[in-house]
Amino acid sequence: MTTTVNRSGPGGPARLLRAEWTKFRTVRAWVVAMTAGSLVIVLLGLSSASGSHASCDGGPTEAVCPAVPVGPGGEAVEDKFYFVHRTLAGDGSITVRATSMTGQIRKPDVTPGVRNVVSGLVPWAKAGVMVKQSTRQGSAYAALMVTGAHGVRMQHDFTHDVAGRPGGVSEDSPRWLRLTRSGDTLTGYESTDGTDWAEVGTARLSGLPARVEIGLFAASPGDLTVTRGDLGGSVSAVRFTEATAVFDRVDLEGETSGGAWRNDDIGVTEAPDGSPHHPGRASESGGTFSVTGVGDIAPSIEGQTVERTLTGVLTGLIVVIVVAVTSVTAEYRRGLIRTTLIAVPRRGRMLVAKALTIGTVTFAAGLVATAITLTFGTRILRANGNYILPVSWLTEVRVVVGTAALLAVAAVLALALGALFRRSVGGVITAIVLTVVPHVLATTSVLPDTAARWLLRLTPAAGFAIQQSIPEYAHVLGHYAPIAGFYPLAPWAGFAVLAGYAALALGLAVVRLRRRDA
Amino acid sequence: MQATIEVSGLRKRFGRTPALDGMSFTVQPGQVTGFVGPNGAGKSTTMRVILGLDAAEEGYALVGGRPYASLRTPLRHIGALLDAAALQPSRSARNHLLWLAHSQGLGVRRVDEVLEQVGLTSAARRKAGGFSLGMRQRLGIAAALLGDPPVLMLDEPVNGLDPEGIVWIRGFLRSLAAEGRAVLVSSHLMSELQDAADHLVVVGRGRVITDTSVADLIAATSNGRVTLRTTAGEPAMSALAHAGAIVTVTGRDTLLVSGLPGERVVALLNANAVPFSEVSAHRATLEEAYLELTRDAVEFRGETR
Ligand SMILES: Nc1ncnc2c1ncn2[C@@H]1O[C@H](COP(=O)(O)OP(=O)(O)OP(=O)(O)O)[C@@H](O)[C@H]1O
Ligand SMILES: [Mg+2]
Repeated sequence: MTTTVNRSGPGGPARLLRAEWTKFRTVRAWVVAMTAGSLVIVLLGLSSASGSHASCDGGPTEAVCPAVPVGPGGEAVEDKFYFVHRTLAGDGSITVRATSMTGQIRKPDVTPGVRNVVSGLVPWAKAGVMVKQSTRQGSAYAALMVTGAHGVRMQHDFTHDVAGRPGGVSEDSPRWLRLTRSGDTLTGYESTDGTDWAEVGTARLSGLPARVEIGLFAASPGDLTVTRGDLGGSVSAVRFTEATAVFDRVDLEGETSGGAWRNDDIGVTEAPDGSPHHPGRASESGGTFSVTGVGDIAPSIEGQTVERTLTGVLTGLIVVIVVAVTSVTAEYRRGLIRTTLIAVPRRGRMLVAKALTIGTVTFAAGLVATAITLTFGTRILRANGNYILPVSWLTEVRVVVGTAALLAVAAVLALALGALFRRSVGGVITAIVLTVVPHVLATTSVLPDTAARWLLRLTPAAGFAIQQSIPEYAHVLGHYAPIAGFYPLAPWAGFAVLAGYAALALGLAVVRLRRRDA
Repeated sequence: MQATIEVSGLRKRFGRTPALDGMSFTVQPGQVTGFVGPNGAGKSTTMRVILGLDAAEEGYALVGGRPYASLRTPLRHIGALLDAAALQPSRSARNHLLWLAHSQGLGVRRVDEVLEQVGLTSAARRKAGGFSLGMRQRLGIAAALLGDPPVLMLDEPVNGLDPEGIVWIRGFLRSLAAEGRAVLVSSHLMSELQDAADHLVVVGRGRVITDTSVADLIAATSNGRVTLRTTAGEPAMSALAHAGAIVTVTGRDTLLVSGLPGERVVALLNANAVPFSEVSAHRATLEEAYLELTRDAVEFRGETR
């Protein structure tokens, strides 16, 4: 043997990965297609952002939309309620007895043009006692309240909610509520008789100033109705409601500012002529207060989301699927799989190396695409007057990296299907039917919400949950349906479903590759 | 590392057709071993079993004393050419060899060496899809040589080559064997192996019929046969047959006589006054020897059954 062979070189797994990477990068069509897939994501995302304009109707001219308040946690909030309050310096407490809670709900008009208002409370109508940093919308607060249908609750800083005892309020069964401030700590207590008190919960409002606003409040979120649309999807509408609570035995302890109670309709909407639209009100006689409020104190879920810029991902995914399936079926088509298996007799490792390679390539291409699209897409949307619900940078990173990972894992699933079918057509169709089709069905007006949710729980399309930036809040009634961008599974849980499918398919492909003659 | 292939008692069926039926042989280093047999004899199947592509139901195959599946960088132990058409058409020849090299921990230098060795340097960067059959065979051989293996195994490498290519490949195989490598070359045409093979493993219906050196085989087939050239075919045949010889007509005025030594043939012809122009000891061709051997083993005989 005359030639000498350099026997040094990387170890086993690294050798396989290097070989598979060389295989991938030396077929120009695959490299071009993968690049095109990235471009599709960027271009579709940016062009749909460019086409999306929003403005707030300010009469004859378009006006800049009012700023949406942001809570202490950085999330967009609705902070709209009627507040009867005084200033408390240092520690103290407020104790009240709630004796009634009633309200009005506007229902869909029966006779066109005639307001159809019925009396009643929406489930999350709320009234009670509150300590708030200031009357500025979005400032920190803690509140103890009775609600329309969820009993006593202790809530703070918009996103936190703890349940107390269930049940409503009436003359016969009043509720005592007490909220005490001690430094940064606020504690809520409830009682049915004013003697036996039970703690509902505590809130820590770090950095709460010495002087805070303390008092009574009422709020009532709009009534949400979801009806089935003509095409089979659903249409949601929100209508005006208000809630009125009556409190007696109001007792304020601590160093409060002298003078009368002050009334503030926090965050009241202004009509075009400057007058308040659906204002709240309050009255007092003989120590008994009646407070009527409209609105909600809760995180806002109305607005564009950062992930809305990633609309091109679905199309990009189709491209990725075709490349991933082809990268393995091309070997079967030409009999090249035998050459591969002669070079790498450990079949399982070979297929895993292939999967890792396609996964890594897709992840890299996807990451570049999603990072560019989200960064510039949100800028374009904002420049066009759209309001984007703010999220933390960690959430944004999760959406960007998670979407790239979603593409990568879907590519692995597609590759495994290609290896199982050994035919491009079967592999591509199955991969699309498993990932793209359920998502399209679930997020367009085709299926009822329940069916859509099941699709996004059970199929690999569950992985799209990784894109959801705004969480679902148990204490905010919303149309939490896939069509509105809400997935039934938590982001990483949905991703795990997809990953499970990919692992299963890859496992089956390995078993089949091992068992059968090549 | 032993430069050998060892195959022992391989059995394998595809459905109900037995493809291998106790296939056993050993390939020795330093020589070209021809692996011959009619279509469907099981040559390709045996090679696939050796390479771990197909599983045998019984028996085993070893390369350099080890099962193929246990080899971590198999191309450094055995180089194989099964199907020269197994290429990604859009990948260049050089890149095809490059991923193979990377899978064995080899670098680009080795790729360029083997391209040079098979004479493909100038076409190295062209897409393999545009290659002629001959070029593909060369590329397949380059792939087999990549790991500088002590054992080479080529399935019908001559198939589809032009005469020039056939001459090249014969010489190439001989030089590889001269370097001490074990070379196994399959063919269903014995003539393709003439002048190339030192040793023959003749197979039929999934098992070995003969495992012999080429020299011995030719001698054995030629043994005791006499070629007779005469214009008087009829009288010659009856005279010789009368004396117990088996006579076959092999040409317009040539007969092949077996069962009688040359001197007896001459004596008998003279005694019966049969004219003849030549009597000579017969020297069999490899083809002839092969046909003789596989007469019973041919699976697909065509119309004249
Ligand atoms: N993948 C397969 N599926 C079914 N039968 C097969 C398969 N491969 C081979 N066979 C059968 O096994 C037997 C041996 O085939 P094999 O290809 O090994 O013969 P061969 O000696 O290489 O023939 P040839 O000279 O035609 O290449 C044949 O009967 C063939 O039909
Ligand atoms: Mg064959």
